[in-house]
Amino acid sequence: MSEWVIDAEALVKTYKMGEVEVHALRGVSLKVRPGEVLSIMGPSGSGKSTLMNLIGCLDRPSTGSYRLDGEQVSDLSDDELAEIRSRKVGFVFQSFNLLGRQTALANVELPMRYAGVARGRRQRATEALEAVGLGDRLRHRPNELSGGQQQRVAIARALVNSPSIVLADEPTGNLDSKSGDEVMRYLLGLNKDLGTTLVFVTHDPEIAARTKRIVRLFDGEIVEDK
Amino acid sequence: MLSLLNFYEALDSLSSNKLRSALTVLGIVIGVGAVIGIMAVGAGAQNTITGQISSIGTNLLFVLRGGTEDIRNPKPLTIQDAEAIADPFAAPSVVGVAPVLQDTLELSYAGESTFAQSFGVTSSYNSVSNLALSEGEFVSEAHILGRAAVAVIGPDTAETLLGRREGVVGETIRIEGQPFRVIGLMTSRGGSGFGNQDNQVMVPLSTAQTRLMSRGRDRVDMIMVKASSPETVPSADLEIASILRTRHRTPIGSDDFTVFTQEDFLTTAGTITGVLTLFLGGIAGISLLVGGIGIMNIMLVSVTERTREIGLRKAVGARKRDILFQFLTESSLLSLAGGLIGIALGWGLSLIVGAIAAASDTDLTPSVTLDSVLLATLFSAAVGLFFGLYPAKRAADLEPVEALRYE
Ligand SMILES: Nc1ncnc2c1ncn2[C@@H]1O[C@H](COP(=O)(O)OP(=O)(O)OP(=O)(O)O)[C@@H](O)[C@H]1O
Ligand SMILES: [Mg+2]
Repeated sequence: MSEWVIDAEALVKTYKMGEVEVHALRGVSLKVRPGEVLSIMGPSGSGKSTLMNLIGCLDRPSTGSYRLDGEQVSDLSDDELAEIRSRKVGFVFQSFNLLGRQTALANVELPMRYAGVARGRRQRATEALEAVGLGDRLRHRPNELSGGQQQRVAIARALVNSPSIVLADEPTGNLDSKSGDEVMRYLLGLNKDLGTTLVFVTHDPEIAARTKRIVRLFDGEIVEDK
Repeated sequence: MLSLLNFYEALDSLSSNKLRSALTVLGIVIGVGAVIGIMAVGAGAQNTITGQISSIGTNLLFVLRGGTEDIRNPKPLTIQDAEAIADPFAAPSVVGVAPVLQDTLELSYAGESTFAQSFGVTSSYNSVSNLALSEGEFVSEAHILGRAAVAVIGPDTAETLLGRREGVVGETIRIEGQPFRVIGLMTSRGGSGFGNQDNQVMVPLSTAQTRLMSRGRDRVDMIMVKASSPETVPSADLEIASILRTRHRTPIGSDDFTVFTQEDFLTTAGTITGVLTLFLGGIAGISLLVGGIGIMNIMLVSVTERTREIGLRKAVGARKRDILFQFLTESSLLSLAGGLIGIALGWGLSLIVGAIAAASDTDLTPSVTLDSVLLATLFSAAVGLFFGLYPAKRAADLEPVEALRYE
């Protein structure tokens, strides 16, 4: 395992809106060690989600270099990025993003299908759901689950392929404080038990307070890292 | 990632909006139904015609007046022409010759009357055309010589005139008002298309010439020739042609007669039904096309509706081809289902057509062929693939970030 799980160097992301150029990121460098937990904070529009999409290999930077787990990913093809995502990255979204017509089990199995896991999917999905305290909700569909439970299904889905990093963009944004707290506990437990690197994007100082490291973005640049 | 799971997922997604799926496949259902139905009826018609032609005998040739091109003043065919063809030295491949006069005449009996195809025939007609009698006897040499007023009638004719299909020998019917004694009854040969072969009447050639169909001396409308076997039909054809050319003194290339073989009739009939089937099939094909466009339309809507789902799938590792397969599975499943329902519909249609034909005494049995079923299945799957390709490609090419942000 390399020294840095996230090794981003001068990441720039520029969107062209017709004539106007929107500078979402203006040269962000970020290094994260395996097993670290950090929060990315900053006002709306400061580029948090943009940065997270780059870290999660959902998108490519306009310029700059990015190594994930020692692997240079800045100029991989779409399908190669998809493969990296399926092996190394887990996502937890603010709006859960579960497949509405599928059971919790099927939702958790999904990343394994795309990763080409042929055997033991059901078994592993069941274990992942048990790990987030949903062992008794395997066959429930999202609309039969509370918001907190849905987000826990999403966490199970994020961890089922044993990724190097789990990225959570406002994971508690749609939850009340109690279930938000529960979700945070499961995510942090993931880090403690499996040593998974965790990156939060959040507005909530309370969440940030539970992570050792806080990175502040302003207008596409890192203004604080402690 | 073509797995059973893929298939179930597609099935699940399609059944989540049953009405929409049903309406979408309607175009395919109608298209395939029409193709299957039309091809079945076409095949049925083809069978009927082929059966009728073959039932007359496969080694028959028909000589008619007039060339294939415009020949001025074609000489009529005569009894002497027929006799010349019957000469075993000039035409060794020929075993039987039957000159025929032909017309549609009115038959009546005790107030009942009907029109029937009527033939003036010689005694050889019987063996040349494979005619079988269920009772009585056929026109004999004596009848010809004596210009006897006798007739052999078909079973349908008997039914219409006399109200029965047996025991009619000895009755006297009227042809064009003149009394004829029934001496024989034909067995049923079934069929329609070329006129009902069971509604016919045969009288001696000489009687027909003088009393029913005056044509001028020794003229006949057609000469039927029987070759010794189906294999000798081509040589018989050549022999007849050379005899008639000599007798009519026509230069080669401007024959004033035409020899048709069974083969010619079969080919012509095949061409006609083939063209008809193709034409109607083309129209049906257009409705398949329309159905395909319907599928494309709905798949595009579906891709838009499920943009976020696609984004999510990509975020958790789906490659382009995974998404492509997912949507292609859906669209081909959709049109394949339409195709199968369409096959059932077409089958039902052909059964209905068959029932109607049977009820109206038309000899037509539509037959759904394995070919057409396979073709329809293949075609509908292909339509789904083809028209699903563009929407699926659209889905596969979505940027994950954009797709996830989609509201
Ligand atoms: N696809 C895009 N096209 C054009 N501009 C974009 C696009 N995505 C993001 N931006 C712009 O980039 C900047 C950073 O956006 P980003 O979504 O990263 O902000 P954020 O920090 O996540 O904000 P929030 O806290 O509201 O989620 C914004 O000004 C936004 O308008
Ligand atoms: Mg954001």
